[in-house]
Amino acid sequence: MSEQIPARWASETFWKKTAIWVTGGSFVLLVILTFDSLAKISAGGPRVPAFSVINKEVGYRFDKTKQRYQPVIGDDAPLFGKTLSEEEAEKLVDLGKKTVQAKNCMNCHTLLGNGAYYAPDLTKAWLDQGWIAKESREQMMLNFLLDPEKNARTFGSNRKMPNLEITPQEAEGIVAFLKWMASIDTNGFPHNFRALGAEE
Amino acid sequence: MSATTYQDKAAACWTGCKQSYAAFQANPHLTGGQKLAVHYFTVALVLFMAQLLFGLLAGLQFLFPSFLYEILDFNVNRMVHINAMVVWMLYGFIGSVYWFLEDESGVQIVGLKWGQLAFWVLTGAVTLVVLVYLFIQFGAGNDTSLWLINEGREYIEAPRWADIGIVVVVLTFFYNVAATFAKGQWSGIAGVLVLDLVALAGLYLAGMFYVTNISVDQYWWWWVIHLWVEATWEVLVGCIMAWSLMKLLGVRRQIVQTWLYIEVALMFGSGILGLGHHYFWIGTPEYWFSIGGFFSALEPIPLVAMVVHSVYDSGVHRFKNSNHPALAWIIAHTFGNFLGAGVWGFMHTLPQINLYTHGTQWSASHGHLAFFGAYATINIAFFYLAAQQARGNVWMGGDLANGWRWKAAAILLNVGVLGMTVALLIAGYEQSFIERAVEGSTWAGYFAAQNHPWFMQAMVWRMVFGLMTAAGGGLLFWDLLDIGKGEQRPAAVIANATE
Repeated sequence: MSEQIPARWASETFWKKTAIWVTGGSFVLLVILTFDSLAKISAGGPRVPAFSVINKEVGYRFDKTKQRYQPVIGDDAPLFGKTLSEEEAEKLVDLGKKTVQAKNCMNCHTLLGNGAYYAPDLTKAWLDQGWIAKESREQMMLNFLLDPEKNARTFGSNRKMPNLEITPQEAEGIVAFLKWMASIDTNGFPHNFRALGAEE
Repeated sequence: MSATTYQDKAAACWTGCKQSYAAFQANPHLTGGQKLAVHYFTVALVLFMAQLLFGLLAGLQFLFPSFLYEILDFNVNRMVHINAMVVWMLYGFIGSVYWFLEDESGVQIVGLKWGQLAFWVLTGAVTLVVLVYLFIQFGAGNDTSLWLINEGREYIEAPRWADIGIVVVVLTFFYNVAATFAKGQWSGIAGVLVLDLVALAGLYLAGMFYVTNISVDQYWWWWVIHLWVEATWEVLVGCIMAWSLMKLLGVRRQIVQTWLYIEVALMFGSGILGLGHHYFWIGTPEYWFSIGGFFSALEPIPLVAMVVHSVYDSGVHRFKNSNHPALAWIIAHTFGNFLGAGVWGFMHTLPQINLYTHGTQWSASHGHLAFFGAYATINIAFFYLAAQQARGNVWMGGDLANGWRWKAAAILLNVGVLGMTVALLIAGYEQSFIERAVEGSTWAGYFAAQNHPWFMQAMVWRMVFGLMTAAGGGLLFWDLLDIGKGEQRPAAVIANATE
């Protein structure tokens, strides 16, 4: 073969076309999968419960058929003793999420495993055994958020959350957001997490 | 000294600055686009120093948690650290493209005035955003805070007004690039570059809205983060690399462009669906386990190709090149990209492992080597190309006056980052093991891992190598201000790159 005409598989145009088709094909597949995923993770579905789940007991249990931990939604257990409508619940969770963003929580904590690693993961914060008992949990969370320095529980690490000037209303929002987030089916993440008050 | 003496000194300093700026603007060795590129490189270098400084502060807080408590908390330092990184890399990329735009297209940049204006607007905005981060830090839980202070979403924290500004600036940049190629000649590099910039700008829009549902929020957030870093940035760097191989080593255009297309096919073919490896644990359906696992296992392949091709190109020319420091950094780039993005990324992206390692220091280890290896290195190579040209396309090699400086800077930076990476990897192993495997992912488990002497030991090592990296950064800064000054010998002439 002469030097001027390289083999087809080694030619520039062949790879140009390959690049275009591979990119286009992958992108089309991603768009299709995105439509499907977004439909499955809208609030109110089986994977991401409706915001009114904050009116219910939220637990985390090992599922023998799936071989992984799953959130379990139980009986009525209204947050701060108030049963909220779907709209009210969404408003409260929304306030919580906006506060979490405005206070830049993600640059110390992780949420769903994403963020910084200076402070604990908040994915299942609602279910953590650090709150000691279900009865004391809500008040302890509020106290902590409103005055983290005085209520600091550093587990011997000496790392303390700074006072972020969170208002009582915002604190309730954060607690609602954390309770709702704990109910999301995260495919067993974090692994082997034993929830507050779990029977096993 | 009295106040008037200070005033005089300040005035003299200001006049001095204006004079050197005028001298720079009159530099006959640089084209208009290259002068704009040097503007970008200068800010990039300043932001790089800021990244190092705030990284040190954040690292110190792991060792001494009460250091700067409630003055500059970890979340502020860490945010400035990662944002400075993202922004200096973008400045470096934009600068690199302006650097070769006229050479590649054969014509002067179309609409350069707009590009210059955009640079000052962007730099003003970046300064304002950083000042707000440092002095206001956080706001109330409402939309006003997200618009004016901070959006609180890792890596893309910039408040929304700045997001909109960034889009406008990037569109101006895009106009400069596309219109210049349209007026001059198109090449394979030009085609890939322009299409890649469309994707780069388009993806940013996926990170510009607020939703209450955190699963949906994270879904789109990864479109920006992953599809930028593991797809469009890699391809952008491929374009920059392709051009620099022609200039530095005289590689034939046909070879470079064929490799570029192969890389695009591999990079997008693995990277677009490799997005799935971030969709294991955010609430998304289980099919992402297979898709994400499979395609992220393919992701290192283009990076292997990149190493093979650059080393081959260098070897074939017996490393005869026109700029030794730049070639050294190109080689650092190929290995860093392959190790940091490829190997370190692959080590923990499969769901079977990621269940334990996700959200631990593993990610920090991978992040440090990947960003440095893939992006910092190639930008530094371009800083050296710019310094060489600005000083009259002089000889640049190891026997320069003060030639030890660029070598020492390169060694300190590379060893420093690799050392941090290994230290964080050890911390990550320890954390995955104790927090996840043994203790079961509770907060008590988290702190059991964080307080463990093995973890603290790794964090001390990270600090040691962090200081080494910072020293290398400082030396690099000094070297770039000075290298090639007074050098009389012309740069080596490398064979014509166009066939």
